[in-house]
Amino acid sequence: MLPFLLRRTIGAVVILVLLSAFTFFVFFSVGDPALMACGKNCTADNVALIHKNLGLDQPVPVQYWHFLVGIFAGRDFTLGHCSAPCFGYSFATKQDVWSTMMDRLPLTASLAFGGVVAFLAIGLGTGLLAAWKRGSLLDKTVTGISMVLSSVQIYILGPVVLGIFVYSGIMAAPQYVNLTSNPFGWFMGLLIPWLVMATIFTAQYTRMARSTMIEQLQEEHVRTAKAKGMPARYVFLRYAWRGSLIPIVTILGVDLGSLFGGAMITEFTFQLAGIGRLAVDSVVTLDLPMVMGVMVFSAALILFFNIIVDAAYAFIDPRVRLS
Amino acid sequence: MTSPSQTAVSTSETPGRASKGLKKEKKSTGGELVGRSPGQLMWARFKRDRTGVICGIVVLAFFVVAALSPVIASLYGKSPYTLYGSEDPSLLDEFSYPAGPNGGISGDFWFGIEPGLGRDLFTNLLYGMRTSLGISLAVTILVVVTGTVIGIAAGYLGGKTDYWVGRLIDFLLAFPSQLTFVAFMPAVIAIFVAPGDETPTYIRVIALILVQWALGWMGLARLLRGQVMSLRERDFVEAARITGASPWRIITKELLPNVVTPILVQSTYMLPLFVTAEAGLSFMGVGIVDPTPDWGRLFKTAGQIYENDPTFLLFPGAAMVIFVLCFNLLGDSVRDAFDPKSGR
Repeated sequence: MLPFLLRRTIGAVVILVLLSAFTFFVFFSVGDPALMACGKNCTADNVALIHKNLGLDQPVPVQYWHFLVGIFAGRDFTLGHCSAPCFGYSFATKQDVWSTMMDRLPLTASLAFGGVVAFLAIGLGTGLLAAWKRGSLLDKTVTGISMVLSSVQIYILGPVVLGIFVYSGIMAAPQYVNLTSNPFGWFMGLLIPWLVMATIFTAQYTRMARSTMIEQLQEEHVRTAKAKGMPARYVFLRYAWRGSLIPIVTILGVDLGSLFGGAMITEFTFQLAGIGRLAVDSVVTLDLPMVMGVMVFSAALILFFNIIVDAAYAFIDPRVRLS
Repeated sequence: MTSPSQTAVSTSETPGRASKGLKKEKKSTGGELVGRSPGQLMWARFKRDRTGVICGIVVLAFFVVAALSPVIASLYGKSPYTLYGSEDPSLLDEFSYPAGPNGGISGDFWFGIEPGLGRDLFTNLLYGMRTSLGISLAVTILVVVTGTVIGIAAGYLGGKTDYWVGRLIDFLLAFPSQLTFVAFMPAVIAIFVAPGDETPTYIRVIALILVQWALGWMGLARLLRGQVMSLRERDFVEAARITGASPWRIITKELLPNVVTPILVQSTYMLPLFVTAEAGLSFMGVGIVDPTPDWGRLFKTAGQIYENDPTFLLFPGAAMVIFVLCFNLLGDSVRDAFDPKSGR
């Protein structure tokens, strides 16, 4: 287990370095970042000053090296010291990129966490039920509904749900309330986004759980278990269920990576200021250090969940060897 | 390590020559043996699938309507760019919302009027569908061609090529896709347009196509690589190689016909994903921008004004749900028609 984790972590770090280098070169070679940092009414003196302050007068590879070192060791700007992990300062707000991201993280993490719990519970529940009662009216209803829901987008369903619950005055508009100081407010504030996300993501899990369960129920070890007189429920939940976990874990890993890295469309639909919103706003204002920071952060999360998923295979299926 | 794609590939069956030959005989009517190509068999199965046929017609209708949008708009007598609200102030009330009931739906404005500027929603939706479907179709074609070429090349050549293609795919898969689309749009635009200049719409369209293309082909390439790797070892490929067929001939005549099924099925599943992704970018304001009509941009407006004018969301939203639903059902039907073994 440990060698596996170590090897995969090194691989992930290599990919992260390559990815950040690629992104950095594209961003900092195209156009002059100082012009963007300077804003309107920019004079040549101002541009020169910004170049000097941000180290933009150096060649791009040198700049990238400073960026990389800054993440691990911190970095000194003319404006002051930026302690590790340092992603530089925002062009737009002059704030430390890392601390801005950390300010936005609780909202994004809460959104992702609640959404995942909701759609896993509903999706797997309905999928298993449909597989258990295969061919029944219940199965057909569940399959039909999930087919329709998988075609609905958050930006279509979101306003409708907001219209029913928020604009009519039943509930407050979605907002982030600190979890530790007010757990109830936190729950109520994010309930609508969670449920909307769940509605849309669930469909995929329902279909996946149903089809893999049906596949598993035809496996020989399941048939043997049934034949030797094991209770059907036990066979269903212990024997077949375990085998159907692998595809589910696979798609869950992909979803986790993208959700924790900022569910952009959800945040836009409900006007929540999380990491996704931060990313889009920084792209619109061409705030390159901020975009760099969010890119590296989100990519790191994707790689992290990939490793977790691959490690999880070994727990689910003992035949999988982590080599 | 078992990567998910590898397990998926090894379990999915590749249509072999032998099984097709068997089916040919079974399907033939009467005593006489009538040879039917796999394509004909697929078409015959597809025609029997009522859901598939209906959805195919609906999807086709969407594309026809989108392609003919200028014709329809001229027959209807309106343009998506004209500000009818300022031409005729009685159309909008003092808060610049449509004066008529239900978002201003009337005989003149079939789907109502956009609040604020007073543009016609019907023509905006038609032209918007044209933009979105056009972009998504272009992305799908590029992605399918790239994925096919790279996937088959990696699978057939193996060795170093395969290794480096695999590393490239790993690298590209680490990019958070949606965020990358958003983040690289300005950079790609900056390649074509000098800073400070106005960005022409066609450059935005090209940039949207390029970013989605760059991060779209990996799934198909991986799938095909796996299939080609197992096909490569089969006897009929071996036979072709012994008879002195060139690699090009083996790839185009022996391998390609055997992977047409996954290519077609994957591309029918892909297109609606690209449509919704493109709409999502415009929804966030980083795709197509005002005043160019776009499906996703309509959702942006609809979200902002939903509290006061919920009707505005109705037509674009319903159209998109129907389109995506039908396309997904069509994808299932195509899969079932090609590969009857994979029951639902």
